[in-house]
Amino acid sequence: MKFSLRDLNVWFGSVHALTDVTMDIPANEILGVIGPANSGKSTFLRTLNRLNELKPNFRMTGDVRLSGADINKTDVDLLRKKVGMVFALPLPLPLSVFDNVAYGPKMHGVRTKKRQKEIVERALKEAYLWDEVKDRLDTPASKLSGGQQQRLCMARTLAVEPEVILFDEPCSGLDPISTAKIEDTMLRLKANYTLVLVTNNVHQASRVADKTAFFLSGRLIELDDTDKIFTAPSDKRTEDYIGGRFG
Amino acid sequence: MRRLKEFVLQKIVLLCGVASILFVALIFLFLVKEGLNVFKAVSPSHFLLGRSWYPISEPAQFGILPLILGSLLVTAGATVISVAIGVACAVYIAEVARPAVRETLKVGIELLAAIPSIVLGFIGMVTLVPWVKKIFHLPTGLTALSGSIMLAFMAMPTIVSIAEDALHAVPRSYKEGAYALGATRWQTIHRVILRAASPGIAAAVMLGIGRVIGETMAVMMITGNAAVIPHGILQPVRTLTATIAGEMGEAAVGSEHYYALFAIGTLLFVISFGINVTADLLLHKRRS
Amino acid sequence: MRNPRRTEKIAFFFLFLATALIVLPVGLIVVSIVRKGLPAISWQFLTDIPREGMRGGGILPAIVGTLYLVLGAIVFALPIGLFAAIYLSEYAKDNVLTRIIKLAIVNLAGVPSVVYGLFGLALFVVFFRFGASILSGSLTLGIMVLPIIITASREALESVPQAFREVSLSLGASKWQTIRHVVLPNGISGILTGTILGLGRAAGETAPILFTVAAFYHPQLPRSIFDQAMALPYHLYVISTQVPNVGDKMRYGTALVLLGLVLIMNSVALVVRFRFRKRHRW
Repeated sequence: MKFSLRDLNVWFGSVHALTDVTMDIPANEILGVIGPANSGKSTFLRTLNRLNELKPNFRMTGDVRLSGADINKTDVDLLRKKVGMVFALPLPLPLSVFDNVAYGPKMHGVRTKKRQKEIVERALKEAYLWDEVKDRLDTPASKLSGGQQQRLCMARTLAVEPEVILFDEPCSGLDPISTAKIEDTMLRLKANYTLVLVTNNVHQASRVADKTAFFLSGRLIELDDTDKIFTAPSDKRTEDYIGGRFG
Repeated sequence: MRRLKEFVLQKIVLLCGVASILFVALIFLFLVKEGLNVFKAVSPSHFLLGRSWYPISEPAQFGILPLILGSLLVTAGATVISVAIGVACAVYIAEVARPAVRETLKVGIELLAAIPSIVLGFIGMVTLVPWVKKIFHLPTGLTALSGSIMLAFMAMPTIVSIAEDALHAVPRSYKEGAYALGATRWQTIHRVILRAASPGIAAAVMLGIGRVIGETMAVMMITGNAAVIPHGILQPVRTLTATIAGEMGEAAVGSEHYYALFAIGTLLFVISFGINVTADLLLHKRRS
Repeated sequence: MRNPRRTEKIAFFFLFLATALIVLPVGLIVVSIVRKGLPAISWQFLTDIPREGMRGGGILPAIVGTLYLVLGAIVFALPIGLFAAIYLSEYAKDNVLTRIIKLAIVNLAGVPSVVYGLFGLALFVVFFRFGASILSGSLTLGIMVLPIIITASREALESVPQAFREVSLSLGASKWQTIRHVVLPNGISGILTGTILGLGRAAGETAPILFTVAAFYHPQLPRSIFDQAMALPYHLYVISTQVPNVGDKMRYGTALVLLGLVLIMNSVALVVRFRFRKRHRW
């Protein structure tokens, strides 16, 4: 198991955002996380790399372990190095293509230009972006198309050699062709990484996820093989949501 | 190693954040420390209410009532002028002027804010003072009125910019609601927008007054500096600030005169503290 | 019945009149200083010491003194101000301490300039025994411009999108690395703008330097930070009120140099703000 969560509860002030979430996330699989807006799926995702802590009134109880180690007892920077994240909107830093990808390695002490170049090339290749940008590594990242920017963000995450990659609705702003490319990339990354994909689009989960978790009102309703969730869910609410009856 | 660096930097940053509190405390402490000494020579009531300020005669007299009244007179005059004109200007910029005109006017106001007070004082001295003398047939143009006009002018950037912010913060829906009821723009402005923005405008006025009370050089150059109880706005007056600026150069460190000037400084500090806290509360109220 | 349209026209006319009453004099003041001061500006005026009891010669010591003071003030105030802004924008929690710090900054901004002068006199000149010196004056001016720098820098840092911080942190960068490599570079224009505005303010103030540094007449360039120095605003005060029979040319010339210095700083601040705003769109 990559991640194991036991009785996770999260509050923001008086709002109880996650209630008694217990689950395991196996390595080298894609876990899809679906649910209506405000169901707690983003909060769940941000628990895994402790990004919730940026909110001033955040509080959590329960046990979250990455490869057996309590994440709250791990050095937070090290945890986030191991657990990378791709955000909903393509968010390149206002830097060049090269510097965006090299940002993480630089922060982790990779000083020589040669080493940085190697890492950038490897990461861009892994994100299937290398051929499109290899001649314009020095242009501002904001000049790339939306889909390219999102794959750049994936490359940026890959550059720090994480074990897990979290995707927070990564295709919400993208056209179908860019979305297909991203999904294709995710499927190939599965061999070396563990992926968690939060998505508003149930079809996306059915296309790429090995297992799918359904959240509703801060609770994990059901977690099972994607085929099972989409064909024979054991909970009525899951069936209603997938059938498009609410959310 | 990285942990340690983070920790040290965090503490340094915290220290600099707290420095502001330290400086305010230091200012207050040093003003009070020196200023309290004056009460060895004169009782607090004689100091605040004494009618004569003769700091270098024998025996010296340290009554600052004339100075307080001088400051109040000049400030009151400046407030009347600046509130009327300043708020009107803010309304014009925020609600009436076309965008291109608005930007030009704002540059003008910012320009005024940038001109050093000594330069304005100099210009006031060579233009405003002779005018006042001529128009009112006075023996001297160095009067409270000249000071009021000058200070009103200098308070404008503060009043206009903060009042304009307050006007801008009025929700659009208020305006649209008024228009929907068939109100003209002017009716909307003076019945709806001005009322909704009133706490912010009050804060603007308070901060303007704070600026006026604290202004030193220009006032010293054009109000005549006579330390007598004023009987009208067309007489020379001396303000609290001008007294400090004008006399500290001659007061020996550690003399009663020196301590008296620090006591005046303490009074000014307390006044500005009160004004700023009140204005801050008003601005806060608007936000929440 | 009153006609609301006509009332509106009259009202708007008066609003316009009020605006003109403020903006027109500003224009006139600047124009008249430039017109009457320009004839005084010459190489000699800018590079010579004052002569003939300050009725002739130049104003070099005052220019240099002001530059030193401004530089000293910024060397002191920029690091503290910037770090304070970083604290407020990146570290501070919504608690009592933060509220007090913010209130202190508001008050620091409102303290009358002459009170800063008294404070500088009591603390730096007398208590620390720095004497009337560039050091005392710089420190006093530095504390005075601190709130300007903090407020502007804080606004600049807070305008950097939160998402950038999240991206940097999510890559395993530490908090300080995030501030250093993402937040600061993207807030630099606002910080620069605030700093330059603070410089302009420091250059133009007279009251805080009256008893902490300013020399009535000191016709040489300062040699160390413990020297007294002349300064442009004080020099203008002296030749317009303390010395009889100084020609208009000298006075307007000095006023123009001071105004020019301050306005140049303000324009630079404007340009910086504008250029960075154009470059950074997010």
